[in-house]
Amino acid sequence: MRILLVEDDVEVARFVKKGLQEAAHTVEHAANGRDGLFLAASEQFDLLVLDRMLPGGVDGVRLVETLRGQGNRTPVLFLSALGAVDERVRGLKAGGDDYLVKPFAFAELLARVEALARRPSVDAPATRLRVADLELDLLSRTVMRAGKKIDVQPREFRLLEHLMRHAGQVVTRTMLLEKVWDYHFDPQTNVIDVHVSRLRQKLDRGFDQPLIHTVRNAGYMIRAEP
Amino acid sequence: MQSAALRFAALFTIVFVLASVVLVSVLWWATTGALDRQVAAAIRADTVALTERFREAGVAGLREAIGERMALDILNEAIYLLMDQAGTRLAGNLESWPAIANTEGSFSRARISHDGIPADARFMRSDLPGALRLLVGRDESERLQLRLILTEGVVWSLGAAVLIAVMGAALIRQALERRLEPTYRTAMGIAGGELTHRVPISSRGDEFDRLGLGMNAMLDRIEALMQGVRGVSDAIAHDLRTPIARARNKLEESLATAAGEEEWRAAVEQGIADLDGVSRIFAALLRIAEAEAGARRAAFDTLDLSELLTDAADVYQAVAEARDQRLETALPATLPMVGDRDLILQAVANLLDNAVKFTPEGGLVQLAASRLSNGMVEIVVTDSGPGLGWEDQLRAGERFFRADQSRNTPGSGLGLSLVRAVAQLHGGTLRLADAHPGAEPPGLAAHVILACGK
Repeated sequence: MRILLVEDDVEVARFVKKGLQEAAHTVEHAANGRDGLFLAASEQFDLLVLDRMLPGGVDGVRLVETLRGQGNRTPVLFLSALGAVDERVRGLKAGGDDYLVKPFAFAELLARVEALARRPSVDAPATRLRVADLELDLLSRTVMRAGKKIDVQPREFRLLEHLMRHAGQVVTRTMLLEKVWDYHFDPQTNVIDVHVSRLRQKLDRGFDQPLIHTVRNAGYMIRAEP
Repeated sequence: MQSAALRFAALFTIVFVLASVVLVSVLWWATTGALDRQVAAAIRADTVALTERFREAGVAGLREAIGERMALDILNEAIYLLMDQAGTRLAGNLESWPAIANTEGSFSRARISHDGIPADARFMRSDLPGALRLLVGRDESERLQLRLILTEGVVWSLGAAVLIAVMGAALIRQALERRLEPTYRTAMGIAGGELTHRVPISSRGDEFDRLGLGMNAMLDRIEALMQGVRGVSDAIAHDLRTPIARARNKLEESLATAAGEEEWRAAVEQGIADLDGVSRIFAALLRIAEAEAGARRAAFDTLDLSELLTDAADVYQAVAEARDQRLETALPATLPMVGDRDLILQAVANLLDNAVKFTPEGGLVQLAASRLSNGMVEIVVTDSGPGLGWEDQLRAGERFFRADQSRNTPGSGLGLSLVRAVAQLHGGTLRLADAHPGAEPPGLAAHVILACGK
């Protein structure tokens, strides 16, 4: 995947670039907003990773607004030290697709980058999701495994749906909190772990092959192969 | 004109003088003007009557009428003169024809000799058939005298009005400056850094008092904000340094003593975890400061508290069950209010976090909400844990305060601070009490009261 990173802090930029390259992505780096805007507008990228506060007269929000104004729909992930709710809202309103507050764990960034780049297309909404023998019907809102119906609560259904939409990708706890529960803070108790382990029990009871896997220091992943 | 008081005073003077001028002009016109008009009317009436008489009874009748009129004129004001073509006086009390009275039917004024005395007179000439000329007039000397007196009076009163206006203006200016001076002094004091200054308020409750009250409310707010900022910097100074120091010490220690890949890795991982802990504390502090500053009030929106609490209960239901606890809810079908969804959710999550954390296995956690009779809403989170002594109940909510018995459970001591800040942001309060007074253990009940409106 070809990613444009616009970040003025040399150390953060180096860290992110190296990490993304190790995850087999191509990374272009711009150190200020003007260069970033020029690159983003003139070349084709799969994803933009943007700092909010940038030198060069064009900050992250302006950059996205300008791109969106030109009809450029490349997904944008904000990476910012501005963590207040208002700031997050401003970033997303300007046209950002996701917002990650510094300091961050690289695993969190990588998970979000891959989730954004492989977003399900809006044009052809799927009505059925499938991973191995697990099947999710989005219309009747039922879950079947190997033809056997599994009862889940509405919230568990949404949790499972999110995991399955990103099958094969790491989904972090924070992402689940934000996307499934719409929580924009970090509860002290690991509520996500509890919910995932309940869901896992329901799905895997009576089956040899577990589907939901814990990825150490990162989050969860649903995948067919063990 | 640097002084607004001076400008107000000047405006007052102008308005007052203008009003006086209008008043005096009307008065002047109504008196001297009326006199003038009266004379003109009398002359015209006389002329008409005499002309009529001439038409009925000829020259003889006219002379007779003039004679009668002069005899009846006790005030000796009337002036008559009837002349024939040759310039012979046929009747009247005027010696000669005044030079000025040459056009017919119009008024003219002249100084004449009336009974030997010089007098100001006004008269009208009319020509009669047979080349006769009739002059009817009135001696205006006394009226002119009266008019002079009136004019004098008008000038004096105008002068007095201007004087009073200027004095009034000076008084207004002085009063304004006297009322504004304390406010100004307070503002200068504040600008100089003396944040304790307040505008003195009189008992009158007028505009200046309202301005003063507004300023004082503003200053209270500023002081509260300043204290909030100071609180955050204190907290950062004291309580972020501790975990940072701890993390640093551990890293330094492992740098000196760690042997082998495994130990290095463990030390680095521990360091990262410690740093994450620091940023969590940092985020919590910023969130509290955000709520305390009241800046989030702009983001208030209508929300259904019942729905929000159901969501929160749904999240913690699983956590409670994992600990063999029961989580019961008692929520009305709907509980609309205006507030900040994110902050209320986090406050409730913090309370449920605490409740689940301190309730023993098999215990009971309850989440209830209701509308109070005064229109506010109350959220109550009850646990069956060890509870808090009443002194600790009062102190909980202070930043980083942790009751002694909770020292060994994980937590930053910021949870209740946030709850309290969120309650205050919504015009409400946080109160802690025994959940089951008298029972052992008493448990803890956190009552959060929020105002519903904006």
